[in-house]
Amino acid sequence: MKTITEYLQSGLSATEMVKQALARAKQVADYNSFLSLTEERALKRAAQIDSGEISGKLAGVPFVVKDNMLAFGAPTTAASVMLKDFHAPLQATAVEKLEAEGAICIGKSNLDAFAHGGSTENSAYGVTKNAHDTKRVAGGSSGGSAVITALDVVPFALGTDTGGSIRQPASFNGVVGIKPTYGTVSRYGVVAMASSTDTIGCFTHTAADADVVMGIMAGRDANDMTTLPNFWNEKSNSVKKSLQIGLIKETMGDGIDTEVQAAVYEYAERLKGAGHTVREVSMPTISYSLGMYYVIVPAEISSNLARYDGVRYGYRSQNATSLEELYGQSRDQGFEMENKRRIMIGSFVLSSGFFDAYYQQAQKARALLCSEFDELFASYDLLLSPVSPTPAFAIGQKTNDPIQMYKADIMTVPASLAGLPAVSVPAGVSSTGLPVGAQLIGPQKSDRLLLRLAAQLEKGA
Amino acid sequence: MTKITREDVLHLAKLSSLELTDDEVTAMQDELTEITDYIAMLGGLTTEGVEPKYQVSGLENIYREDEPQTSSVSREDLLALSYATSDDQVKVPKVL
Repeated sequence: MKTITEYLQSGLSATEMVKQALARAKQVADYNSFLSLTEERALKRAAQIDSGEISGKLAGVPFVVKDNMLAFGAPTTAASVMLKDFHAPLQATAVEKLEAEGAICIGKSNLDAFAHGGSTENSAYGVTKNAHDTKRVAGGSSGGSAVITALDVVPFALGTDTGGSIRQPASFNGVVGIKPTYGTVSRYGVVAMASSTDTIGCFTHTAADADVVMGIMAGRDANDMTTLPNFWNEKSNSVKKSLQIGLIKETMGDGIDTEVQAAVYEYAERLKGAGHTVREVSMPTISYSLGMYYVIVPAEISSNLARYDGVRYGYRSQNATSLEELYGQSRDQGFEMENKRRIMIGSFVLSSGFFDAYYQQAQKARALLCSEFDELFASYDLLLSPVSPTPAFAIGQKTNDPIQMYKADIMTVPASLAGLPAVSVPAGVSSTGLPVGAQLIGPQKSDRLLLRLAAQLEKGA
Repeated sequence: MTKITREDVLHLAKLSSLELTDDEVTAMQDELTEITDYIAMLGGLTTEGVEPKYQVSGLENIYREDEPQTSSVSREDLLALSYATSDDQVKVPKVL
């Protein structure tokens, strides 16, 4: 069983579905994709569904939540020492909405601590292995959820995407991953990283399943004033017979693995075969987007992570004799190196003397990037690019070189900075058997169009 | 190229409330030099007259009604999350 429909039509009881998923989760423990299983709570909820106490569109369907989203039944660690024993007093809105439709969370997945990273190697609880080659990274930061979906433990898993954290692991593991329009899903109950680009999305085997899951999670939430009114039910997004699609030239040049390029060109051919037009387009500012991202996001991280002070919740150092030492030591011991690196970069770009040259300049550059997207969307329905410059890289290959690790995000950060929806779809397989994804990017609120187009191509596959 | 000095790292660490170990300070010095050198690429863009874009949703001033709301989370729930409490207060080392 892979898809939500297959689960719903399996004839299995909720208890049987949950037990099967839990057994599979234990079977694939070597991948280190789970940080915890919420077995007791999951079985209790399954019994409530089987007795008719809870019902809904996803009654009994098991799913997994990235461990930077608050959920009951296990701690929410964000894969950090800081939140090692943090038992959430509430659940994320996204989780609540899925539970209200009868879906059952069976566990929490591994990530780069606080979602800072692109490989799930920065977890305080060990590396997650790629579903197709255990010597390679899962991608990240939502690596655990991607691997769990690819290994058929559950039909869907939740992730967060701030700069590519759903799309890149989806590409590395050969599943569908969607980062929705900024504001589609409430961020309430999600460990904040960069508030202006944080989004909640999911991993699935099919675009149709992603449409179902996102439709349930989408909508206004009084607890997150940046949420958009639910646009998932608007009818304007049906696929036109012939779409105009722009292939972003700058993402297909030097430094991009030739097998990745080949897979994206092949996907472009398939789009043409389905009656759409694909033309090369240029986005000169896109080459600056990684620079913008690694100014703006660390700046927001340094502010958002200021709340972890060892006082109200989270890890507290035992050796501190003053309040200042308590802050400094708790934060040094509770954060991973990459967390500290990003907090320090954030402090740098926001500090007096550098604020205008880095932070303000990055936000102006972001305005230019957004204008370029707007101009292209005046003539094109959507854009196409690779997801990542390479297929999954070897574990350990980039851990000592932050810049090389950051460059793995080069294709995914532009849509994040502009708040655009983007979907990673399986497009091909490398000569060594590794999945390669293609990325579809659309104007804000075109999420369903992207998924419907992806679904159209799946049928043709 | 901005060379990040050891003093720069210590200053940033203080701003960040991070009591870094000596090894971390040494590592950060090289890494931050490399990273700031990379992000300096933004200087190559002409942005004269461009308004900065801090957010992309287009939403502004979204408020709820100014009425008290009840929460599913109790005071006890929140206090239970802290490492040390005393008389319904969070306990910290001596401040004064």
